[in-house]
Amino acid sequence: MSLTFILLALLVLAVVGYMVGRGKALSSAGGDARELHSLPGYYGWNVVVSTLVPSLLLLVAWLFVQPIILNSQVSSRISEETIAASSLDLVMSDVVRVAEGLDVAVSQGGMSSDEASSLRTELTDVRSRLGQVGVALGSDVTSETLRAAQTYRSISSTGYLLRSIAVLAVAIAGLAFGVMRTNKDFRARNVVEAAVRYLLIAAASIAILTTVGIVLSLIFNTVEFFRLYPASEFFFGLVWSPSFGGGSELGIVPLIWATLYISLIALAVAVPIGLFAAIYLSEYATPHVRAIAKPLLEILAGIPTIVYGLFALLTVGPLLASFFGSGGALGVNWMSGASSVFTAGVVMGIMLIPFVSSLSDDIINAVPQAMRDGSLGLGATHSETVKQVILPAALPGIVGAILLAASRAIGETMIVVLGAGAAARLSLNPLEAMTTVTAKIVSQLTGDADFASPEALVAFALGMTLFVITLGLNIVALYIVRKYREQYD
Amino acid sequence: MTDTTLTPPSGNANAPAPRRIQSILELDPLTKKRNAAEARFKLYGIVAIAIGLFFLVALLWAILSNGLGAFSQTFIKVDVPLVQSQIDDAEKSVVKTSKYRAIIDEAFAKELAGANITTDMSDKDLQKLFSSGAAATVRDFALANPDKIGTTVTFDLIASSRVDGYLKGRVEREDLAEDKNLDAAHLDLADQMADAGILEKRFNWSFITGTDASDSRPEQAGIGASMIGSLFMMLVVLFLSLPIGVAASIYLEEFAPQNKFTDLIEVNISNLAAVPSIVFGILGLAVFIQFMHLPQSAPLVGGLVLTLMTLPTIIISTRASLKAVPPSIRDAALGVGASKMQSIFHHVLPLAMPGILTGTIIGLAQALGETAPLLLIGMVGFIASNFPDGVAAGFFAPNSAMPAQIYEWAKRADPAFYERAWGGIIVLLVFLMTMNIIAIILRRRFERRW
Repeated sequence: MSLTFILLALLVLAVVGYMVGRGKALSSAGGDARELHSLPGYYGWNVVVSTLVPSLLLLVAWLFVQPIILNSQVSSRISEETIAASSLDLVMSDVVRVAEGLDVAVSQGGMSSDEASSLRTELTDVRSRLGQVGVALGSDVTSETLRAAQTYRSISSTGYLLRSIAVLAVAIAGLAFGVMRTNKDFRARNVVEAAVRYLLIAAASIAILTTVGIVLSLIFNTVEFFRLYPASEFFFGLVWSPSFGGGSELGIVPLIWATLYISLIALAVAVPIGLFAAIYLSEYATPHVRAIAKPLLEILAGIPTIVYGLFALLTVGPLLASFFGSGGALGVNWMSGASSVFTAGVVMGIMLIPFVSSLSDDIINAVPQAMRDGSLGLGATHSETVKQVILPAALPGIVGAILLAASRAIGETMIVVLGAGAAARLSLNPLEAMTTVTAKIVSQLTGDADFASPEALVAFALGMTLFVITLGLNIVALYIVRKYREQYD
Repeated sequence: MTDTTLTPPSGNANAPAPRRIQSILELDPLTKKRNAAEARFKLYGIVAIAIGLFFLVALLWAILSNGLGAFSQTFIKVDVPLVQSQIDDAEKSVVKTSKYRAIIDEAFAKELAGANITTDMSDKDLQKLFSSGAAATVRDFALANPDKIGTTVTFDLIASSRVDGYLKGRVEREDLAEDKNLDAAHLDLADQMADAGILEKRFNWSFITGTDASDSRPEQAGIGASMIGSLFMMLVVLFLSLPIGVAASIYLEEFAPQNKFTDLIEVNISNLAAVPSIVFGILGLAVFIQFMHLPQSAPLVGGLVLTLMTLPTIIISTRASLKAVPPSIRDAALGVGASKMQSIFHHVLPLAMPGILTGTIIGLAQALGETAPLLLIGMVGFIASNFPDGVAAGFFAPNSAMPAQIYEWAKRADPAFYERAWGGIIVLLVFLMTMNIIAIILRRRFERRW
């Protein structure tokens, strides 16, 4: 029985359970809902909960466990020589493909199920037989693979049968239990509300699960990478030149350098503009100007990064090249192509302007009015008040905002992938193309590399580095911002 | 600040010159300096905002001026006689489209003669005016409409991307010097054809509804298939992140006790909101594809990754709108005997719903424009040349998404694809704008101020 069928059956049981539970509760109270402890619907929901929760838990557990058992059962039947000749993973994927092919053949009526389980390679050409029903196999099927595939099929079909029986049995038992408990004094609402509460806790825990997932997937693959490639060379190597044939040099220093360089340029663009815009909007602008200019600036924050990437690649880059490139307007040849650190940095700076300005705006607005009034009352001009009273008071918050912007810049991907270039280089010239940590994560994981090779695994080590840097920046920034906010609240 | 009682700068102190009596209407030098500083400071602010707005205008101008071209397309009007014997002959041959191309060539030559245009170009050269997909258009029509065979049908065949670019002003005559696909003679012919009304530029629906095309046919590439991919992804995001986000927020805002576990969740949520999106891509690759063996490039996987990414945004905005519901509502519900759960689900949640929906739409808009995680789960590099057949295939079959499709076009060598990329951005921005406007309207209409 398929998964959809089981789920449908569970749904039907749940609906039936709701009706029965509600009906039984009402009849136990002689049809008078006022005699019941809870509203009648809660009795129905109580039965639904006791029907669905255990059976769904069992189903999920089964979905996880069955493939593991199946793999160990089948792989124990494959001889040592076959595994030595290729690898267990490859053989297993062959087995699974043949087994799926047999399933397709049976379901299309090209083969009876008896025939599928008694097929022998000595007697039939399995590959062409499966080819007839539209299952293409990469190579001829050995008798060992075929037998393993047949075992796979028989175990998995038994597994599916057992799964359906077990899940439905648990569901029916739960239904019976729920109905049995139902009488007019049963506190159905408390039970249902407790169940809902656990559901809410589970939803809230997904944030933790996500973090755990990120950390685990990074750590496992990073450890795997460091087993193949020495950590000291990764962290201190000055050359980045992956070659998929082996013998790559995977030093992170040039990537980190370019990442920081681009972020620095981006901040040099975004911080002054963003900060002055925030000061003007919160201190000088009339409500009318503010109501127009602020949303307009914030449009910049709502534009997807791919747009900025294209803007860097096709508009800003060629524009810069027409000034600084060979044959350009300035007559200098400092820029060889459209992509450069400067291109990416400037465009990223544009992206960060609203980020800096709206965060600083909030922080400046949080400075108490009494401080402004005091300063103005002593005869300071408005700009002196801003420079000598408001900014010092808001400084920790603004530093926090800049750190958050820096973490954004370091983790930004699309702009650097499209605008910064692909060659890893250690250079001071901002008009040269360089490449960053995020751009290399993309290029190492979207190529054709084998996942087990150091050239692909290095992306996880890069991701780990990125995660640690941005996490550190975020934690420091949030700490500063929070600490500051407490002063005036 | 016209404070005339200020003492002059201390430099004058050692020179006991008689104090000049100042008029109250005349500013002393220090005040002038301070006022100038004030004006400068104000100017810096105005300049900063002006630069910001200038960038916005430059960005929008770049998008519109480069991208609007993708919405029109040059077509060549040709009357093609569909002859049964010719079609049978073409269907029997191995390279079917080349036979159809011959049919088009013949019809096109007649068309030119009919318009009194003479040319000494060979059929092979004339073919370069057409997209290489033109033959397939004729073939598909002939196979789909067997009753039309034997008549003469007027086709609007797609012109090649160079001719199209020439009519849009993207391709100049000078550019063709090193181009092996087209030369200046073709352009002269194109001018004559345009005068005769054979060549015509029209609104290009197939850019919006069509599928991606291979590297050699930029004129046929459309964003429709990846729009469907994005749609299925957004469905996954909506149906997962809204319930999970609301449930998590209700727990954190209404039930969570002050303890270490709650703190842990809060810290996690605020950190996840700031984790670079590419890291979520790595998570998706490692967990959903490597570990759980979900299909690569599938909108389902993309949707799951984007769900994890948008959850923090949705949780933060939902909590804010739950917090905005005044405690008196809860107290009143509890006072008439509702349980805590009932007071929240029956009273607080409905009142907070407009705010929650607004936050969700903004979260969805963010997810719709996100590209980086999609690169890692294989939605780039996949050529979305087919629409998914059916709902299940929509979730599980490989597809692209709008931002991924734009990135894919930006990476291709032919500049004609850049126009498509900009055009794709216009489509994407229209979607984002619509979503944001809906969010704003929802907020204005339904959000109550207490």
